[in-house]
Amino acid sequence: MSRPGLTKRQKRMVAVAALVTGVSLAAALGVTAFRKNMMYFYTPSDLLSGTLPAGAALQLGGLVERGSLKHGEGLKIEFVMSDCKNAVPVRYDGVLPDLFREGQGVVATGHMEAGQVFVASTILAKHDENYMPPNVAKAVGNVDGKHSCAPFKSVTAPS
Amino acid sequence: MWTWFHQLASPPTFYRFAESLAPWLFAAGVLLVGAGVYGGLFVAPPDYQQGDAFRIIYVHVPAAALSMSIYVAMALAAAVALIWRMKLAEVALVAAAPVGASFTALALVTGMLWGKPMWGAYWVWDVRLTLELLLLFQYLGVLGLNRAYADPRAGARASAWLALIGVVFVYINKKSVEWWNSLHQGSTLLSFEGMRNPKISGDMLWPLLVSLAGFYLFFGAVWLRRMQNEVLWRERNTRWAQERVAA
Repeated sequence: MSRPGLTKRQKRMVAVAALVTGVSLAAALGVTAFRKNMMYFYTPSDLLSGTLPAGAALQLGGLVERGSLKHGEGLKIEFVMSDCKNAVPVRYDGVLPDLFREGQGVVATGHMEAGQVFVASTILAKHDENYMPPNVAKAVGNVDGKHSCAPFKSVTAPS
Repeated sequence: MWTWFHQLASPPTFYRFAESLAPWLFAAGVLLVGAGVYGGLFVAPPDYQQGDAFRIIYVHVPAAALSMSIYVAMALAAAVALIWRMKLAEVALVAAAPVGASFTALALVTGMLWGKPMWGAYWVWDVRLTLELLLLFQYLGVLGLNRAYADPRAGARASAWLALIGVVFVYINKKSVEWWNSLHQGSTLLSFEGMRNPKISGDMLWPLLVSLAGFYLFFGAVWLRRMQNEVLWRERNTRWAQERVAA
């Protein structure tokens, strides 16, 4: 740091640059190392890949597959959650958020029961970043397909 | 150009400059925020999914955008203050922190009020929400550290280092919704895909842009006023400041 020829101001400049670079580097390393822990939820693909402990409590995110929603007694529902590659059946008994509907994103907290069905204790709706009036939405049609699965990134699969 | 810069850095010149500029920024800001919020609440159509609840974006988005922009501005001021020992940059840093904290709090509160009916929860610990809460604490930390020193220049320099350390989290916060799975949705306005293929229809977009411009101008006015106060306080023993207060 005390190289001859550097003025005090230049030394301070080096110190500021070194600090910002150092902190950024540390953050980049930390963020890469903890990538999995930074994910708010897993996807059906992660769940079916078999790398997660069986029956563990976790959060699962994906789209409510169209035509899969079935209402049972009271508040009981069943639907299929999909990330456009894989799908998992979900069972839930409780209050749903306003945005819950077929074709929309959801994040469910719960666990896999007997490797068959995901039993959810909480369901949150995950809205996407698209805004439009109802008549435009009707004209555009269902913006379904790969694009709507973009917010559901797989944790285990190499991105 | 440079001489103008150096003159502006002198406290009395800055004070007069801010005195003439701040009222205009304030008036334009209030006018645009009013127009944007009016357009957002009464002119824009309801959303196809969220109905009227989406209208929170006309306050939430500008508040959240400012919460991050102000921090970046603060960090730039911190770098200038540390490298060039420029007093006015110290003043800019110190004056921005409480305003940034206020907009961060506003973004958090409006987001929570929207989150309960739409998501089904006021709060979840996803990366975006957690880092936005951290941002509030970063502002409070900068403020607290600054106040912990009796000498305002020493306080400003210490908090400048802290502000610089924290700027990386603002970048992670901005990018978090792209990099990871989060409950918070991605960016509607600032995305490459959105530039080609807008993610918000035009009659919902213009009030948002007007409101955004208004919030930034309003922040500019508040920032200048706070800087003026800080300059007066720091220069309270000089003749020009005493004359200014007496007048």
